[in-house]
Amino acid sequence: MQKIGQVSYTIIGILAVVACGFVITGCSPKDGESAASQEAAQVIKNKGSDTIVNLAQAWAEMYADVSSSASIEVSGGGSGTGVAALINGTVDIANCSRQIKPKELEQATQNTGKIPQEFIVGYDALAVYVHYDTPLNKITIPQLAEIYGEGGTLSKWSDLGISHNNCPSDEIIRISRQSNSGTYFYFREALLGKSSDFKLGSLDLHGSKDVVEVIGRTPCAIGYSGMGYATSHVKMLEVAAADDAPYYAPNLENVLAKTYPIARPLYMYSLGEPTGEVKAYLDWILSAEGQKIVEKLGFVPLSSK
Amino acid sequence: MNILRKKGAANLPFSETVIELFIRLCGISSIIFVFGIFFFVFREGAGFLFNGLDLGQFLTSPEWYPTSLGNKRYGTFALILGTFSVTALAMCIAVPFGLGAAIFVSEFCSPKLRETFKIIIELLAAIPSVVWGFIGLTLMNQLIIAVFNVPIGLTMLNGSIMLALMSVPIIVSIAEDALKAVPDSYREAAEALGATRWQVIYRVLLPAAKNGLLAAVLLGAARSIGETMAVLMATGHSVNIPSGPLSWIRTLTATIAAELGEVARGGEHYQVLFIIGVLLFTITFVVNLIADLVIKGVRQE
Repeated sequence: MQKIGQVSYTIIGILAVVACGFVITGCSPKDGESAASQEAAQVIKNKGSDTIVNLAQAWAEMYADVSSSASIEVSGGGSGTGVAALINGTVDIANCSRQIKPKELEQATQNTGKIPQEFIVGYDALAVYVHYDTPLNKITIPQLAEIYGEGGTLSKWSDLGISHNNCPSDEIIRISRQSNSGTYFYFREALLGKSSDFKLGSLDLHGSKDVVEVIGRTPCAIGYSGMGYATSHVKMLEVAAADDAPYYAPNLENVLAKTYPIARPLYMYSLGEPTGEVKAYLDWILSAEGQKIVEKLGFVPLSSK
Repeated sequence: MNILRKKGAANLPFSETVIELFIRLCGISSIIFVFGIFFFVFREGAGFLFNGLDLGQFLTSPEWYPTSLGNKRYGTFALILGTFSVTALAMCIAVPFGLGAAIFVSEFCSPKLRETFKIIIELLAAIPSVVWGFIGLTLMNQLIIAVFNVPIGLTMLNGSIMLALMSVPIIVSIAEDALKAVPDSYREAAEALGATRWQVIYRVLLPAAKNGLLAAVLLGAARSIGETMAVLMATGHSVNIPSGPLSWIRTLTATIAAELGEVARGGEHYQVLFIIGVLLFTITFVVNLIADLVIKGVRQE
């Protein structure tokens, strides 16, 4: 009897593990069902950049209140994933934090017979923040690369030629983001290109707001975050693209004039000239109402025409 | 269904059998859950663990570059050191306070004060860890800056204080139970021999409750190792070999919490995060095993 008892435990164990498996794998089809059940609404598939995914999600949620004839399915995965889906013709709109490459454009046209149309839906501008008391107003991209990059030589405020009275240790405390955030990726690429890495030992905070918060409390710190997050405890530095280039302040005009060096447009690509519900959705995104959400999420909206 | 019944159970009324079966299932379920969780965590990471990951580099290199475009490096040495150092420092703070409080509550308190005390300590245990993290990020940060004159207070010390505050309630309640479990006849016998109160505690109670106290400390430590949110917010979250209590660190748990949300499912980085999960499992298992062996050894004496 003892043995039988043990065997039964094993059987129950196996059954339960299998059951767990069903519960976990069973989730995804269920989600699909609920989306499919709204058959009255046309489903617009929207996929791509992780930088834009929160924004796209916010648009999709707000759009549900605006129009009931379309429902938007948003997923991330990166700009490359979005473009790949566009080439395969499996999405209606691809989100991209970079411009589509000519080769990709050609592939998509060949594959689907439709030419992808480009829409700039907003801008992503990163400001370089320091504590309000820091006697520094401007910085260049090469200097930032020396501060943040692996093997970089700038580690003290005096290396930048300033004496920082509120920072007795003179050490530059680097504030960064967790290493897979879109902001981290963009800042790294803007500073170091595609092949180098940041120095270890930066404080990797979890969220754009936290970065500004901590810098506001830390006179020795430098960090980067979206332009929309500035508070009265921090100041934004003017940035120059090269040592002999002019400095530009991070503001809407400079971003729109493309003179501010750490800003990039955010793109959406539709497959062919958009029609029907897709057109209505894109028009709404570009409208004042849609652009309000851009600003709310810390990105730079398009200029009001 | 018959095989689930114990010998002789056939004589019991039907309702009894159902209840017994239910209780039995409850008992087994925790075992199933532990194995189930381990299985799934392991399965997610197994592909890369056996095919591609340099285990030596994983355990000994401090270079954690999971998202590098040119040169991905998955070294968790700094993270492992971070986890152990912050836990050790937390225990240095929590054990004296926890055991002291347990001795006070169990031996010196009037019954009325004891009840109040226990309620307050339980309240301390009910505070969510994200609140501790927030306290660390704001209040303790400022305090450490002011006291130690450092540029930033998000340090190992900050995290350790938060962890200590979180594990003290566990240590107090388990240690107090252990002390309460020592028969009163021991105390009476010691006092009859002329021992002072301190001598009773030091020479009689503590040795008698040794196992329970050790369990209390180890459960407190396990709480600290597994804690995520508070250390994520309070320690600076910086890949750094710690050089002292005032250096910034990053722990294994915080790395998983910070990075799993934005990682491509099924990719290398995703799998490495699950391998870190397996590593944490192993660490906890070893700690528990050592605790078990120590307690057994103590018993045999």
